[in-house]
Amino acid sequence: MTDRALVVVRSGALTTVQDRGRPGHAHLGVPRSGALDGPAADLVNRLAGNPSGTAVLETTLNGCAVRPRSAVTVAVAGAPCRVTVDGRPVAWGAPVRVPAGALLDVGPAVSGVRAYVGVSGGIAVEPVLGSRSTDLLSGLGPPPLTDGTVLPLGRPTGVHARVDVAPQPAPPAELVLRVTLGPRDGWFTPEAIRAFLSGTYRVSAASNRIGLRTEGPALERAQAGELPSEGMVLGAVQVPPDGRPVVFLADHPTTGGYPVIAVVRAADLPAAAQAVPGTPVRFVAVRRLRVC
Amino acid sequence: MKVLPVGEDALLVEVSSGDEAQALHAELLRRRAEGSLSVREIVPAARTVLLDGLDSPARLAAELTATELPPVPPRAREVVEIPVRYDGPDLADVAAHWGVPEREVARIHTETEFRVAFCGFAPGFGYLTGLPPRYDVPRRGTPRTAVPAGSVALAGPYTGVYPRSSPGGWQLIGTTDAVLWDHARVPAALLSPGTRVRFVPEAGP
Repeated sequence: MTDRALVVVRSGALTTVQDRGRPGHAHLGVPRSGALDGPAADLVNRLAGNPSGTAVLETTLNGCAVRPRSAVTVAVAGAPCRVTVDGRPVAWGAPVRVPAGALLDVGPAVSGVRAYVGVSGGIAVEPVLGSRSTDLLSGLGPPPLTDGTVLPLGRPTGVHARVDVAPQPAPPAELVLRVTLGPRDGWFTPEAIRAFLSGTYRVSAASNRIGLRTEGPALERAQAGELPSEGMVLGAVQVPPDGRPVVFLADHPTTGGYPVIAVVRAADLPAAAQAVPGTPVRFVAVRRLRVC
Repeated sequence: MKVLPVGEDALLVEVSSGDEAQALHAELLRRRAEGSLSVREIVPAARTVLLDGLDSPARLAAELTATELPPVPPRAREVVEIPVRYDGPDLADVAAHWGVPEREVARIHTETEFRVAFCGFAPGFGYLTGLPPRYDVPRRGTPRTAVPAGSVALAGPYTGVYPRSSPGGWQLIGTTDAVLWDHARVPAALLSPGTRVRFVPEAGP
């Protein structure tokens, strides 16, 4: 059905198509990608009546506007924002019916960074390695939206939303990231480890889908030299030569040569995706896995 | 073999050489194929293999530290041949590093059997080993902002082929028309860890 499509009227600062990404291909150099705030993406799918893992839109800071060619149910969540249909305010965090040809406008984030837009039927661009996600590091998946882009929509599955409205965590005033130290904490001085766990960092404006960059105390290495490239995980806190920790997010490279001082718990990464530049960041150590 | 925990459900297994990493990688793939290892990603690298998304990392860590590493498996896989024109802008610099005449670079490179030690940097980019250590070369002092797709390049102990145009600091010795990555193809990647590779000389344009 050719009228099942969204026309992008205002693409915003950076709006991408995201689902759960393409894990399982890291050995080929393929990043996992996928929605940075997974719980928010899951929520808009539930509200729009889609199976979880359906492709949604992920906006950055200033939202986006789209015009569906046929009537659809949409839901917006993640970063709180003003949502309108043809200029009339509608609910955020709840299912909304948008008539064919009407303009859905997802406004700038009031707090947080990334809003998610779920549309009944889902965004049906061609999958690459089983995922429709835009990967900004490697260029796999559809390019970021531009004005005039036409996105095909899938057929609604007829699953009714199980919730009308859903409570969501507010974007963090302070980002507390629980970490397990290692695998390369031995590359840093004891003072650096203390500074990492007691210092206050701030989210840098240079953060993106690849990594949450921080500003704060530089971490001094105990050993010089280069680490041979090794595999990297989601949430790895890599310390480049400038000494400022970078938390790897969904589009992170699959291998890297800078030492990883610690790894952030997966459950804390959705909050990291919503932390605006300047947000204070604290790294709190939790017990690492014991191996003999 | 040293087993380092990584976050909640991953292990980084460190060994002392690239050959050992290759043997460990083959052994882990064997265990996954026979169903005794449940893991989302097995990512080999220079001296390590990362196991990400493990059901029971602590148990596997204990098992691995108690295991003797089996020898490198026989080279059962077929050889992928990559046609190359040795026309790269850094050919003279590489010849100077190697202390050989320029035309010898192509001969030495094509007479070597390579193996994909690991992938990374970009989808389909393999780090190929096989050249003796005396042929290690440094990266360019200033990386290029755009290296054309299909460039055959050297850095450190590795040979690589750029799957698409990207910035890069490797020494460019040649060009290939081989398609390293095509996500519409199955498999998408021409090279994956363990693939044997030979470069075959092609006449210049």
